[in-house]
Amino acid sequence: MTSAAFAVFSAAAIWTGWRVFRTDSMVRASFLLLASFLNVGALCVLLLAEYLGTALLFMMTVEMVVMALFMVMFMMNPAGLNPMNMVHQPRFAIGAGVVATLGLGGVAVAGAFPDAPAAPIPATIRALGSELLGDSMLVFETAGVTLVATMVCAVMLSSARGRYGDDDGGSVAPPLEPDGDHRPEDDLVDDGGGHGHMHHGGH
Amino acid sequence: MTLVTVLLVAAALIGIGVWGALAQQTFVMIMMGIELMVNGAILAGAGVWAYAAGGVPEGQVLVIVAMAVMAVEMAIGFALVVAVYRTRQADMTEGISTLKG
Repeated sequence: MTSAAFAVFSAAAIWTGWRVFRTDSMVRASFLLLASFLNVGALCVLLLAEYLGTALLFMMTVEMVVMALFMVMFMMNPAGLNPMNMVHQPRFAIGAGVVATLGLGGVAVAGAFPDAPAAPIPATIRALGSELLGDSMLVFETAGVTLVATMVCAVMLSSARGRYGDDDGGSVAPPLEPDGDHRPEDDLVDDGGGHGHMHHGGH
Repeated sequence: MTLVTVLLVAAALIGIGVWGALAQQTFVMIMMGIELMVNGAILAGAGVWAYAAGGVPEGQVLVIVAMAVMAVEMAIGFALVVAVYRTRQADMTEGISTLKG
């Protein structure tokens, strides 16, 4: 029973993870990645890490919905209505992926790991609770402060105007003469409308 | 379900993530590749915790830290995408090759 569930969940996790990069639609890609995460969450539950599996499930559902929203707002071809090629250096990438899989798989097969299975569920959840609020309190609190700092940094990075001026101030060429106008053709900012979005840089 | 099979599944997920992050052109798809790599790392951590670490709670704390890393990567990644898009109108890696040697 457990091995059948393991086979199903792991095959689904790998297959959906692979389909993320083979679909034309970016919304579909984010929901396929969500499916991969949910299958890994189910695998965590199978591995008796019940708290981790459930936390992964809730966290990833919200995160991937946010990701799908970003896809629709920003990216080309969000719904996959016209097929297009979104990849570069495909051979090198496939080679790197195969090397990573074979290397890590070789470690999994050839490595000598200790044999110490975990205890059944109530004991592990109780132990995790007292660990998080006891010995690992510092780690947990650090994670919380890190997340707060991330929120502040994300808002700072994405706001159009900071306390020292516009966020693209560094990309604007200075004027050639004092008090002169800057020359818009020297700007790195491509606000010429229309053509800037899709063109592939080829200098 | 043994430690070896769990780690093999994790290795496959990490390999797919490496391939996706290197092959994709748009920033968000590259972030999805990185997320898939962290996904495999979480699975490997849970597997080692369950089979080789005797279920010590510190192992689960490590996995929780990996999940926090994933959330931080998403938030900062999206903020960077917004900042780059606003100044350069670029959503692909080829669009910001100004500093390329």
